[in-house]
Amino acid sequence: MLDVKAKAKEAKDKKAKFGIDIDLNEFSSETESKEYLEDLNAMPQDDKERIIMAGVDISEKDRAGTFIQEDTDVVHIGLKQEGLELISIKDALDRYDWLQDYYWKMVAPDIDKYTAEVATNLHNGYLIRALPGKKVLFPVQSCLYIKKDRMNQNVHNIVIAEEDSEIHIITGCATSSHVTTGLHIGVTEFYVKKNAKLSYTMIHLWGKDVMVRTRSAGTVDKGGLFLNNYICLSPVKSVQAYPTTYLKGKGATARYYTILAGSPGGEMDIGGRVVLQETDTHAEIISRTITNGGNIAARGDLIGEVPGVKAHLECSGLILNGGTMHAVPELTGKTEGVEMSHEASVGKIAQDEILYLMSRGLSEDEAVSAIVRGFLNVDIPDLPAELKAEIDHAIELSKNGL
Amino acid sequence: MLQIEDLQVKLGEKEVLRHINLEIKTGETHVLFGPNGSGKTSLLMTIMGYPQYKVTKGRIYFNGQDITELPISERAKIGIGMSYQRPPTIKGIKTAHMVEMCAKKECDIKAMAEKLNFTDFLDRDINDGFSGGEIKRSELLQLMAQDPQLLLFDEPESGVDMENMSLVGNTIAKMLEHDLDTSNGRTLKEKKASRRKMGLIITHTGFILDYITADKGLVLYEGELACSTNAIEIFKCINKVGYKECVRCSM
Ligand SMILES: Nc1ncnc2c1ncn2[C@@H]1O[C@H](COP(=O)(O)OP(=O)(O)OP(=O)(O)O)[C@@H](O)[C@H]1O
Ligand SMILES: [Mg+2]
Repeated sequence: MLDVKAKAKEAKDKKAKFGIDIDLNEFSSETESKEYLEDLNAMPQDDKERIIMAGVDISEKDRAGTFIQEDTDVVHIGLKQEGLELISIKDALDRYDWLQDYYWKMVAPDIDKYTAEVATNLHNGYLIRALPGKKVLFPVQSCLYIKKDRMNQNVHNIVIAEEDSEIHIITGCATSSHVTTGLHIGVTEFYVKKNAKLSYTMIHLWGKDVMVRTRSAGTVDKGGLFLNNYICLSPVKSVQAYPTTYLKGKGATARYYTILAGSPGGEMDIGGRVVLQETDTHAEIISRTITNGGNIAARGDLIGEVPGVKAHLECSGLILNGGTMHAVPELTGKTEGVEMSHEASVGKIAQDEILYLMSRGLSEDEAVSAIVRGFLNVDIPDLPAELKAEIDHAIELSKNGL
Repeated sequence: MLQIEDLQVKLGEKEVLRHINLEIKTGETHVLFGPNGSGKTSLLMTIMGYPQYKVTKGRIYFNGQDITELPISERAKIGIGMSYQRPPTIKGIKTAHMVEMCAKKECDIKAMAEKLNFTDFLDRDINDGFSGGEIKRSELLQLMAQDPQLLLFDEPESGVDMENMSLVGNTIAKMLEHDLDTSNGRTLKEKKASRRKMGLIITHTGFILDYITADKGLVLYEGELACSTNAIEIFKCINKVGYKECVRCSM
């Protein structure tokens, strides 16, 4: 612990490799403490609407568990299924010595000033853990909500899918409609053990001047599957992330799906890296992005270290309503016998597709919006229907702005 | 009624159509022949309103309205629809959704797809990886949902296998109100008299003539309509002496 903080302190001014540099002094961690809510319906209407839009099911009906954090405080934890553990990271650190084997073990505290900030000034976050052999079939939902203006929210999450377990998590991050600016820094560490299956779907709904830095990394053991989906279709000032996964065990698989729509004046810089360290591992990184007036970088990096690995990377971008699109696909093969490929495209909506739809009676706007929704609508295998529905819902909502 | 007067059309730098005069009366179906590259698709695309086909001279009227300048979606709305020779693929739009968008009103998409032996494709992206014959059935399904008054078919039977040919032929006949179904108690004569659908069908094979009675046959040759008479006679003539001779004899 001391070691983590000491290391972090040294990095407190260290700029990140990607994304504009954020002055942390412009934000404050000061906020009034929040009351714990037994029932999410007791939330103010305004907040409720925002978290629903970010994918939270207020009734908690078809959810195995619920975790809600407002600013720095955890305001609600609902747990409905045995075999699932869901507690705040601060409680977890107090309770479990073993957690030290996971805490800051995938993500280093001194990567940059953002990890340093979380390491030295942790607000809270969660530990979500599926116990060995347990299949948690309903999704676990969480929401990290910024309610106070000019707040920086420092979050650390740890997700562990124990051997032979299965768990699906949806994290909605959102800001109150009153928030003009804020900074969310989220560190998340994923551990997918032998033959376990973890899907992690993030739907972000930030304010248009909000900044976001997430730092996440994970490992997948033998036969495990990690599915990482990131959806951000609403305006945001600057978001930058580059999640990394290490496929350590034979037969391990990682798949990333990223769906982004920019906004005027906004910057999105989203990458994804998978390091294939054992034979018979598979990786796929797919991103679909629409500039919609914003500046977007879609990065992908596949590193094949041993023979017998298979990986594919696909970045497709549409420039619509202005903006810029920077696609950076990278492949590194370190030995013979790797099979890796990438496709990248930056373009505009094909005129013949628009006219085809118009000849079926759609107006030009309707045709464009149908094509855009189709473009964003990637098929994500292995994702439960409830979560697919949340992604569809997010795309549906965003079409107003596109 | 569709009326085309002295139409001249440019595609890029190339003049693809010249001196086109054509009249399809309400209830009539015409069949259009012509060698590759003669401008048949161009004529249909121009009637549909594709902006890259620039009308440099002449007018197009539909039911008395001058539609020469009307945008494509407006033409669709007043009842013009097309089954394409080579439609684009649109990723992410399921065929079922596409058909839904075509339909102006509620309709049973599943039942329509069943008729065309096409239910297995409803869940696939529109035209994505469809074979030649599958594309034709997909196009028919969309047009059926759209239910326009003037139906433009661009080679609806090319690439269709023998088994599906009768399906496609009978479907087109039905869409054009040419079927022999008198189950609602009307005689064929009454049915023909009340027919409102109009058709313009491009064909190389002539197979479609086994399913519909064409009111007229036309030959497009090097961008011009070269003759216009009985469809079956023209077809026979083309088969016998080829387009070039056939066009000459009529001129
Ligand atoms: N973008 C273009 N610029 C210039 N000429 C073109 C363009 N597209 C097509 N053409 C030409 O226009 C002519 C008419 O084409 P069209 O598609 O109308 O022929 P068609 O009669 O339908 O032929 P087919 O029987 O092969 O379908 C052809 O010579 C074609 O090569
Ligand atoms: Mg053609």
